[in-house]
Amino acid sequence: MRSWLPGKVKIMKDRINSLKERFTKELSEVKDQSSLEELRLAFLSKKGSVSQLMQELSKIPNEQKREAGALINSFKQEISARFDAKLEEIKKIEEECLINSTESYDESLPRNIRRGSYHPITLVQRELEDVFRSMGFDVEDYSEIVDDYHCFEALNIPPFHPARDMQDTYYLTTPNQLLKSHTSAAQNSIMHKYGPLLKEKGRPIRAVFPGRCFRNEDIDACHENTFFQMEGIMIDKDISISNLIYFMKTMLSEVFERDVTVRLRPGFFPFVEPGFELDIQCLICGGSGCSSCKNSGWLELCPCGMIHPNVLKYGGINTEDDPYEYTGFAFGLGLTRLAMMKYGVKDIRTFNEGDLNALSQFVSK
Amino acid sequence: MFVSMNWINDFVDLSGEDIDKLISRFTLSTAEVEGVEHKGEDIKDVVVGEIISCEDHPDSDHLHVLKVDAGDKVYDVVCGAPNARAGIKTAFARCGGSVCGMKIKSAKLRGIESFGMCCSGKEIGISDDHSGILELDASLKNGTDIKSIYPIDDVVFEVDNKSLTNRPDLWGHYGIAREFAALCGRELKDLPVAENDYKGSDTVDVDIVNKDLCFRYTSVRVENITKHVSSNEMQVRLYYCGSRAINLLADITNYIMLELGQPMHAFDGDKIKKIVVDTPSENFTFKTLDGNERQITPETLMIYDDKTPVAIAGIMGGLDSEITDDTKTLVLESANFDGVCVRKSAGRMGLRTDASARYEKTLDPEMTLTAVKRFLKLLFDEDPGAKCVSAIADVYVKKYPEITVPFNKKFVDRYTGIDISSDRIESTLSSLGFAVKRNGDDFEVKVPSYRATKDVSMQADIVEEITRIYGYDNFDITTTYEPLLPVRPTVRKVNENLIKDTLVKRYHLHEVHTRIWCDPDELRDIGLSPEDNVRLLGSSEEQEQGILRTSLIQSFLPLVYKNRTFDDTFGVFEIGRAVKGTNPDNTANERRMLCITLYSKEKSEKNLYMEGVDIVNTLVSEIKHSKVKYKKRECVHAWEHPKNTSDLYCEGVCFGTIGTVHPSTLKMIAKNCSIVCIETDMDIFDDISANELDFAEPSRFPDVDYDLSLIIPEGVRFEDIENCWDKKDIPELTKTSVIDIYDTVDTKSITIRFSFGLDDRTLTGEEVQKRIDGIVEKLSAKNITLRS
Repeated sequence: MRSWLPGKVKIMKDRINSLKERFTKELSEVKDQSSLEELRLAFLSKKGSVSQLMQELSKIPNEQKREAGALINSFKQEISARFDAKLEEIKKIEEECLINSTESYDESLPRNIRRGSYHPITLVQRELEDVFRSMGFDVEDYSEIVDDYHCFEALNIPPFHPARDMQDTYYLTTPNQLLKSHTSAAQNSIMHKYGPLLKEKGRPIRAVFPGRCFRNEDIDACHENTFFQMEGIMIDKDISISNLIYFMKTMLSEVFERDVTVRLRPGFFPFVEPGFELDIQCLICGGSGCSSCKNSGWLELCPCGMIHPNVLKYGGINTEDDPYEYTGFAFGLGLTRLAMMKYGVKDIRTFNEGDLNALSQFVSK
Repeated sequence: MFVSMNWINDFVDLSGEDIDKLISRFTLSTAEVEGVEHKGEDIKDVVVGEIISCEDHPDSDHLHVLKVDAGDKVYDVVCGAPNARAGIKTAFARCGGSVCGMKIKSAKLRGIESFGMCCSGKEIGISDDHSGILELDASLKNGTDIKSIYPIDDVVFEVDNKSLTNRPDLWGHYGIAREFAALCGRELKDLPVAENDYKGSDTVDVDIVNKDLCFRYTSVRVENITKHVSSNEMQVRLYYCGSRAINLLADITNYIMLELGQPMHAFDGDKIKKIVVDTPSENFTFKTLDGNERQITPETLMIYDDKTPVAIAGIMGGLDSEITDDTKTLVLESANFDGVCVRKSAGRMGLRTDASARYEKTLDPEMTLTAVKRFLKLLFDEDPGAKCVSAIADVYVKKYPEITVPFNKKFVDRYTGIDISSDRIESTLSSLGFAVKRNGDDFEVKVPSYRATKDVSMQADIVEEITRIYGYDNFDITTTYEPLLPVRPTVRKVNENLIKDTLVKRYHLHEVHTRIWCDPDELRDIGLSPEDNVRLLGSSEEQEQGILRTSLIQSFLPLVYKNRTFDDTFGVFEIGRAVKGTNPDNTANERRMLCITLYSKEKSEKNLYMEGVDIVNTLVSEIKHSKVKYKKRECVHAWEHPKNTSDLYCEGVCFGTIGTVHPSTLKMIAKNCSIVCIETDMDIFDDISANELDFAEPSRFPDVDYDLSLIIPEGVRFEDIENCWDKKDIPELTKTSVIDIYDTVDTKSITIRFSFGLDDRTLTGEEVQKRIDGIVEKLSAKNITLRS
């Protein structure tokens, strides 16, 4: 190593050192990207300090050019690196400033949420339809105006049955027509619709048909003249009472989302034989007795039964020669009543009076 | 109906059975029990007490101070009963005993200590009589337990009458005893009856003229009745079962009705010469034994004494031939009438009696003769001096056919899904009174007459008899095994759900349910009235009641009116039914309609209307992948706005209407409000075939957009200029979108962005300009200018 530096190189070195000092000082004063850019231009642009040094290199003797060039280059690299570092630093500070200056939002400020609502019957009906569809049932729909035949005769209800009195049923001015008094009025049509599939393809008839029913009642908190039911039927070869109980228990456990205990009692309906009243063990007290079940431990929930041979015959399922070729069961659920139970609605008038203060609360299940 | 277990025990020995459990089984096997009462549990240490002395209480104007000999000793008693007097025997509750759940303690009454209580019939629960203390037979020994005089201890349960509608045999204790016998496998005893010992040739003259409505009439004449009060046992049983003691003859007829289910009527024998059963030829009024005048119509079956009406058949007797406490001779009626006729007559008169309730159920006509013999037995037991003075007259017009049902065990197995042994089948049916012929697993059973009037006639009925006694709780339950087959929801269901979800979740509407008939009062409130339509039969025409709605809007406008303070802006919808007059075959033309009504006090009618248009466009676009065409039409309903009422078309099919409301209706609903009504026919809508979802692979080359601002002259509808850029003519036009609409009364301008593109490259500026020029040319042909 040489112990001395020749004159020109020494001057160069001094200049670089003073430039470096100036750079360090000015860099420390830089606060934002634009002044940094100014500084960068002052040093690194074509006319900047580093370029000037490069031009001066030509005045240096050839044998010393190499050394002086290396000095300039290393200076250039050093300040470039420091620029980059400073740029990163400034960007970070600026981001922090932006973040710090951002408002912290108040989520608790009151907002008006616009929400629509479903009719509670729709909510309950959909839940049930899902359960039934999951169990292989077709979901059918039916008219509200039916004829005497479908509402009564086809259901084995004799001509002078009290249900056919005008005090109970809304007859219309059109011949033989009335507002259906129960969803069972659809049984005959459903049998005719799905019967051929049963007989030709062995596809069992499994169908539910929710619908609106009408009975001539004076309206009060517990009585309505317009209400919803859901009827279901299942018909195949060899459907038995044992199947009916199994099915009702499974279905109701699914509806109430817990294992329900059911019991059957004889109940009389002309379109089933045998007919039953199905009770479930009270869901509130578990059977020990409470005000909801009138201390009996049981809630009467749905009428059901084996479809009467005459009804199967009128439905085109069986013939006179073999009235028991196919057998089946039917059941009816009071949708309006289920909705009252589910949502704790105490006044049945809530459903049809269209008071939005009440109905708008049913945003979803 | 109330059932006394003491009474049941007359016919079947239930000793050793847990009565409460047995009653629960009755609910599960026969009919619903609504309540059980243990009578007499709260009556303790009540004995016969003799009032030895009776003095007025010095400090009271109504209390007495008594000395009562209750057998064990003489008690000082203060008593307020008006009939308390020395020498009578009464029911006396000693200190330490209890009546009606109240413990008897010694107590000072107005300064005088009382050591017990003299009781009324009501206080020991055997009658409603609270007018004074009981007066007992003088021969009774003092200190005798009152329960050995009156059958106070009993278990009484109430059966829900509705659950007995198909079981005429259960409207009396004997039929219910048969059920208990079957449930516990015990024997049903024969009903004790008395034969008529009259040997002469006299008979009650009975003439059934109307043979369609009276099936059997059995009668007998009895004389020399001297007793007029029935036994304690009979009185308590009647009271426990919801009746009350009147006099001996009335009590026995009521007792038999409660025992056999056969209503009976006792006429004063002096008033009856010849029984005639017939319907009257014209209206008249008739005074029944409750003292009321009844309107009798020619459909009402009557009982006559020759030509004088004496009773309404199956419902109630007449006042003039009523038996009284002095009656010494009677003519008994035990008859069977047509159930429907009795029900309708009772309904017409508003007079439903215990008798009519039973006749309605189609009673077994075999029963009338048994009931007469039972009457004689009870009468002779109560009043041994009474005697028959005629043979039993028995005119039997209509006998039900005998019913025999053959079946085999295999059928029962299949219908029940479980295995019930043939022995069990046989014993169950026998215990219920069926005559069983059995050959191995083959059966032939004869239905007993009391089940054959309408209840049991076929194999399924027989299965019910077997299974209900077997107990449904004892069934093994099993699933069915069927082939796995897909279940597809109907288009109608899918669409309904989609529409409801869209309207609730996207447009924040509220679903409501409204009635199928118009409410004329509610319509009048907003200046409307029901339109002529199919109506409910029997509804009042003057008051416009019971007219079915032609449109859901008839329900929705009153609903909006009622909810006008609910919010400044809201919308409601329903998928419900309306009736559009009648079909060619005269049946009602029921339509399933979707109705949407938007209401606002903040938004302009125009904005609200365009929101309605958005909703319709959205539904049609989502469900049909199609566009809606709007065609203005003349209004046909009073609430429709003459200018803004349009029909909705999709794929050329008219499926509904959108419109604003006529100012005359609008102003009745609320000041300065806007309402838009949409109604679509869902059946028509569902039938419109949906376009397939048309998928196109997106181009890798970006579209070129070009915006045009068009000035649309007044009176020109946008749809009239839309064909200036038909996709058929410009295949490169991938999309048009609305950027901006400026819409005031005098000017309407719209900025549309046209996007052009190709699959394999980006279009050049010149190419795009060429297409735009083409569009502009077509526009200017229609006098549409561009905004600079």
